[in-house]
Amino acid sequence: MARISGVDLPNNKRIEIALTYIYGIGRTSATKIIEKTKIDPDLRAKNLSDEQISQIRGVIESDYMVEGDLRRETNLNIKRLMDLGNYRGLRHRRGLPVRGQRTKTNARTRKGPRRLAVASKKKI
Amino acid sequence: MPRSVKKGPFVDDHLVKKVEAAKAASNRRLIKTWSRRSVILPEFVGLNIAVHNGKQFIPLYITEEMVGYKLGEFSPTRTYRGHQGKSDKRSR
Repeated sequence: MARISGVDLPNNKRIEIALTYIYGIGRTSATKIIEKTKIDPDLRAKNLSDEQISQIRGVIESDYMVEGDLRRETNLNIKRLMDLGNYRGLRHRRGLPVRGQRTKTNARTRKGPRRLAVASKKKI
Repeated sequence: MPRSVKKGPFVDDHLVKKVEAAKAASNRRLIKTWSRRSVILPEFVGLNIAVHNGKQFIPLYITEEMVGYKLGEFSPTRTYRGHQGKSDKRSR
């Protein structure tokens, strides 16, 4: 079981795919890492030699920001916007879409599950 | 697509004039402006600018962090009073 940048344990998938289990590494950066280390992308993660793993680890450490650091940076950026008091920050504060999407319908990703207003029955 | 670097940041001429005047006189009076589309330049830092939101002027103290954003971003044009059903915490 390969352990790269912290808690990530990619399984017996192809290494190209296994790398995408790391937060901050998608298909594009995974392919680039493989190219740089000259590892066969079809190799399963469990079949990697220790040397290859440390190679990958080196590339990720030097070129990419992943996991905790990346999450922290993203959060800091959002926090900066919120403290600034501009429109984007306000939208973040309210939990509404930031980039001008419609909110009459949709926008459920930002707004979360529907909160239905249950009509209170009127007593006569 | 962002604006071409060649052109530089867009700022309305009348606003630049006002800012320069204020800097020369070094008075900290509010500069009223309707120019929401103008980019905040580094020269604006430390000034008080009141940005029109369609109804009133929202006073704004320009800090270094605001450079590069537009004035209008800091002067919301809509008031959201919340919806009927919810607890009236947000309504003003």
